[in-house]
Amino acid sequence: MKTIKEIAEIIDGKVLCCHEKSDRHIEHAFASDLMSDVLTVEMDNLLLITGLANLQAIRTAEMSDISFIIFARNKKINSDIIALAEETGIMLIESPFSVFRISGELYKAGVKPVY
Amino acid sequence: MQFKYKIAGGDFTNAGNASSAVKKILKQLNVDHTVSKHIVVALYEAEVNIVAHAYSGVIEVNIDKNQIHIILDDKGPGIADIDQAMEEGYSTASPQVREMGFGAGMGLANMKRNADKMLISSELGKGTKVELIHYLKPDEG
Repeated sequence: MKTIKEIAEIIDGKVLCCHEKSDRHIEHAFASDLMSDVLTVEMDNLLLITGLANLQAIRTAEMSDISFIIFARNKKINSDIIALAEETGIMLIESPFSVFRISGELYKAGVKPVY
Repeated sequence: MQFKYKIAGGDFTNAGNASSAVKKILKQLNVDHTVSKHIVVALYEAEVNIVAHAYSGVIEVNIDKNQIHIILDDKGPGIADIDQAMEEGYSTASPQVREMGFGAGMGLANMKRNADKMLISSELGKGTKVELIHYLKPDEG
């Protein structure tokens, strides 16, 4: 099982906050830009891959007990988003890759899908 | 125990603040993690609905040892046809709401799935009232 630090390297990712979680292992991931869809997932400690860079992505992760978010395609992550993630303890990573490529790389590395 | 939160329509920056506060309260009260997640997911969808569709609203959270009863009362356009609104995929959300990652017509269904009981009443031109009930001891509820 890969750690989130190893996953960040695979996707050319830059960690924006909550470095203290770098050694945590990631078993499952889910990719969606639709937050209502994310809210249907029952599993905890997921990694979310999304192109939606706003406060609602963080709030959704908080309600769903998602601890890690990867933002695809170099989205502009403003300081409000990072501050809310720090407050709620959600690790944020930005990647230049597309949602499709991030998902493919992670799947190849052994990260499992939810469905 | 009772907690009240005021919600402003259209204020997406603060959408989720009430749900986040309730989540912290449930954690302090040592409510079972799975039950708590169902409550906050349903509440968050409902809170986003007020922000997305209403002018203003009040969320009232009543907690006793057997159940959590949440009442979301909004001033807004109301729902013309509740059965239609309950259908998955039906939505009247604005493009702005969709940009926020919602508005796919899943909110009410998500709320119903996560609550033990959900009641909706609405008056056109006045507003909508949603009640979410979660039993803390499902076997005895």
